[in-house]
Amino acid sequence: MAPATSILSIEDLSIAYDRDKYAVKNVTATVRKNAITAIMGPSGCGKTTLLRAINRMHELYPNISTEGKIKLYGDNIYEMPTIELRRKIGMVFQRPNPFPTMSIYENVIAGYKLNGIHLKRSERDEIVEITLRDVTLWDEVKNALHKKGTFLSGGQQQRLCVARALAFKPEIILLDEPTSALDPVSTAKIEDLLVELKQHYTIILVTHNMSQAARISDNSMFMYLGELIEYEDTKTMFTNPKDPRTEGYLTGKFG
Amino acid sequence: MDSSILQKRKTMTTTTHFGARSFKSRLFFSIVLLFALITISIVFLIIGTLAAKGFRQINWSFFTQVAPDTFDAMMANASGKIIPGGILNGITGTLLLVGLASVIAIPFGIVIGIYLYENATKRYANVIRDITDVLQGVPSIVVGLIVYLWVVVDITKGYSVLAGSVALAIMMLPLIIRSTEESMKMVPTTLKEAAIALGTPYYKVILRVLIPSSFSGLITGVLLAVSRVMGETAPLLLTTLGNSSVNWNLAKPVSAVPLLIWQFYNDPNMVNLIWSSSLFLMGFVLLLNILSKWIAAKKSIQ
Repeated sequence: MAPATSILSIEDLSIAYDRDKYAVKNVTATVRKNAITAIMGPSGCGKTTLLRAINRMHELYPNISTEGKIKLYGDNIYEMPTIELRRKIGMVFQRPNPFPTMSIYENVIAGYKLNGIHLKRSERDEIVEITLRDVTLWDEVKNALHKKGTFLSGGQQQRLCVARALAFKPEIILLDEPTSALDPVSTAKIEDLLVELKQHYTIILVTHNMSQAARISDNSMFMYLGELIEYEDTKTMFTNPKDPRTEGYLTGKFG
Repeated sequence: MDSSILQKRKTMTTTTHFGARSFKSRLFFSIVLLFALITISIVFLIIGTLAAKGFRQINWSFFTQVAPDTFDAMMANASGKIIPGGILNGITGTLLLVGLASVIAIPFGIVIGIYLYENATKRYANVIRDITDVLQGVPSIVVGLIVYLWVVVDITKGYSVLAGSVALAIMMLPLIIRSTEESMKMVPTTLKEAAIALGTPYYKVILRVLIPSSFSGLITGVLLAVSRVMGETAPLLLTTLGNSSVNWNLAKPVSAVPLLIWQFYNDPNMVNLIWSSSLFLMGFVLLLNILSKWIAAKKSIQ
């Protein structure tokens, strides 16, 4: 985690849903560029809140209060317009959620459409093809681009959602348990895809699944009751956890 | 599982209470079924009666000519012919009134409905929601009176299409507000989040994601509101009165199908036209209901 390659730094971040009820407590961490960083922990440990704080989606909840800073390339994201920030930091959700009123093609370029950015037809076609190839969906859907995205299988829908997030060429992609609603084969495809994508993007992944974190992540955070207990190289964390709570979670004693 | 417990339960249900329980259950089911059949048969009786009594008058001129005067009707009755003329002034009037009422009520209703959905727990939203419910409970004749005071007396200085439409719009408003809010609630929040995560501005989340995704619900709500006010008579009597010819001028009185039914009812020579006009109105409303059900089933996103 050398600072030279860091893209995002979280500085003393605390998030409370109600007064004095902290979901995230004093988290400080730097995220490495072009790597997969996994956030693990038992339910209710604040990992999803931390992830959503990175593109400020947590602000949609009522009565939220945020202290501390998150810096993207040194700029505090809490001082950026959310619209601009969310174009730089894409997000994929737990359940595949392609827009049901749009075709596969339209879903991929939904970011441009919804932001009112006009592209020439050739540019659109190019973005759709390249992005769908990036998520290894092109061969499966190239003859059905104008069908509704909701006709695809769950795994295909989730890759379409990754494509939708990628089409804007974001710096960072946030994934909130992206495979928890998928079967093992689709999960494997998404995992391969993420490993492929880290060459060009920085990936932050919330996962319930420890073996998934072990398989694909470079660095791992372990959170417990809102605190960042341990943040390590994934191999080190799994083979030699420093904190007894990390060890307890990884060995299945709780969580 | 201990097999003796299973055994015990089995004997209990098969012997001890089986007869009495089964009888109660069947009795209850029969009562429910009876009530359901009575309800359904009322609908079929209405349609059947209207069709049997009204079909004779339904012909081409029924849709293309205005209501006859009482003398022509009397002559036709005396010679045993069907009454000449039709209800064109009523049909065009109803379309004009309901059309203008929709133009007024739909934008208001949908905007307020979206506001209630977006701010579901805020205090203002709760107040608006309660007031909407009160508005829905205002008797239609009272709506007519108020609109008479506001529009007929002050704005159009006489009975008018505008006054009738405002009265109908006020009656449509609560229905559209609530159906909009309900159909917005059916849209999964994950879709809204997906749009927000793409950096979509708030108004575009609503216009490009929420409204298209709940479109069938919105249309269904509007159609039901339209079919609900289409048969309103009392507020129209006080606001647009009626007209013996076709009128497209918004500042002048106009007729409507339910108004014609009321007129025919008050004229012994026109009795036969009551049934055909009612059949037409009923058929139109039924069609709107079926259409809204079809849209809801066909265009549902889930």
